[in-house]
Amino acid sequence: MTGDVRRLRRTLLHLVLAVIAALYLSPLVYMVVTSFKTREAAGSTEPRWVPDPVTLDAYREILGSADSPALRWFLNSLAAATGHAVLVLVTATPAAYALARLRFRGRNLLFGTIVATLFVPPVVLLIPNFLIVNELAWVDSLPAVIVPAAAGAFGVFFLRQFFITLPGELEEAAELDGGNRWQIFTAIALPLARPALVTLFLLSFLTNWNDFLWPLYVLLSPESLTLPAGLGNFQSANSVRYDLLMAGAVIASAPVIVLYLVAQRWVIEGISRSGLKG
Amino acid sequence: MSGPPARVEDPSGAASPGGSPRTAGRMRSWTPYAFCAPYLVLFAVFMVLPIGFGFWTSLHEWDINLPAKPFVGLENYTDLFDPGSVDGSRFWSAMRATGIFTVFSVPLLILLPLLVALLMNGRFRGRNLYRAVYFTPYVLGVVVVGVVWQFLLDGNIGLVNHYLGLDVQWTTDVPAAWVALVGVTVWWTLGLNAVIFLAGLQDIPRELHEAAMVDGASAWDRFRAVTLPGLRPVMLFVVNTTILASANMFGQSYLITRGAPADQTKTAIYLIAETGLRQFDMGTASAMSFILAAFLMVASGLVFGAFRDRRKA
Repeated sequence: MTGDVRRLRRTLLHLVLAVIAALYLSPLVYMVVTSFKTREAAGSTEPRWVPDPVTLDAYREILGSADSPALRWFLNSLAAATGHAVLVLVTATPAAYALARLRFRGRNLLFGTIVATLFVPPVVLLIPNFLIVNELAWVDSLPAVIVPAAAGAFGVFFLRQFFITLPGELEEAAELDGGNRWQIFTAIALPLARPALVTLFLLSFLTNWNDFLWPLYVLLSPESLTLPAGLGNFQSANSVRYDLLMAGAVIASAPVIVLYLVAQRWVIEGISRSGLKG
Repeated sequence: MSGPPARVEDPSGAASPGGSPRTAGRMRSWTPYAFCAPYLVLFAVFMVLPIGFGFWTSLHEWDINLPAKPFVGLENYTDLFDPGSVDGSRFWSAMRATGIFTVFSVPLLILLPLLVALLMNGRFRGRNLYRAVYFTPYVLGVVVVGVVWQFLLDGNIGLVNHYLGLDVQWTTDVPAAWVALVGVTVWWTLGLNAVIFLAGLQDIPRELHEAAMVDGASAWDRFRAVTLPGLRPVMLFVVNTTILASANMFGQSYLITRGAPADQTKTAIYLIAETGLRQFDMGTASAMSFILAAFLMVASGLVFGAFRDRRKA
């Protein structure tokens, strides 16, 4: 291939990729632009990519009004996503470590059972988990959106794959020094597992922050909703207040976009590789 | 529990002959169980228990607000399989919607991301930036996606009609609503499948491509003889997870079309949630979820079977 042809092909490739990229981002750009428009401008039939005048009215209204306490929703979502991600790490990490590094009676059966639930369609859990959460008197409260999803097998499965690859020599040396299992786990295995733990924390946080169906049905009163559930209800009631809806969408996107910008490689690598190693 | 003494897994296999007796006494036999216990409590209460409890519920006329929950055997199921019954006709209409969405979305969600991954599978400046951009919609929740696209697809003031010079009611007419729902889903999740394909493409040894080039294979030949076979495990994973994801579609329909027109785009998950958690007819909803689950497991089985057969051939 001559240099000219190669350069032409490269330019063409960039052109195609850049056009797709622009189409990809434009809905999000328009979301942000509209959130700074007045109510009238947001409902105008003539699309404008620069808000004139620029106003914070939409944010003021959706954050302040009684039927859309978006600030409260934001804090609920933050508490739920953080609590969920912490719970996943605290419960899945020692279990994954034991399943990967310790030999004990029933281990294979246990791991087999856990992996088997990866193949259970989650829809069969919806109704019974609602009934269980109701028995626990968690309906309409944060534990309902923090705890049940932490039973999923993904975290254990994901971390076990990681612990299995750790070299055994370090643990053996620590054992000779008289360390017990817990000390070896916390002092040797956990520091080595840091990248996997960070990835699992991020994925758990993102999943919980974005979860829509479950909080929509298990949270009821306006002040206990998470952002997705609150925004979903708000849209049903105000489907043409696009200024408010876009402001709400920006508030719901901001934390995950920031997380994504900071930890982009961990998020992408974690998601693109996690399903494949099995 | 008095099992045999628990011992450390010897990672090096035969490296220490006779196992590792020096570690045998150091770990108490209950230690591994203690490590597993916190997770197992969650697993038992919110994963194992609900599977059985859900099936139990489906055998009853179960309303959360009524004290009497009479046992009805398989009546909820036979009712759903009777297309003349109210629940039956609603259910199969929702299954039809789920089927339509799955059949039209999955091929696009395989082909387009594969195409994008192939375009990005090379070393050139800005590749990671493109990858990050295409992946961005996927990190957003379905509520952001739904709210934004309901606005862009608005029949009167939406950008889509404006720039395409159309006058289509994307959110209330079929088949336009299906085009909208599939299109939005492609925008939302293309990046996910693309990065998975890209990771798979990069695991294919370069030498294979180079050897094929030496043999004078064309680009298309190399794609068929090297790339596709090399991608098989990744392809199996992507096809399976994409079918399951599409068959579980809920948010797009709830937020963008609200099931309109006349519940034609109301998916199975949407109907199950409304039936069980709004109308509290939990017996019927549980029965619906088990029928849907059976369909999903059959679909997965077919996918795995299809991929295994080709390997034998």
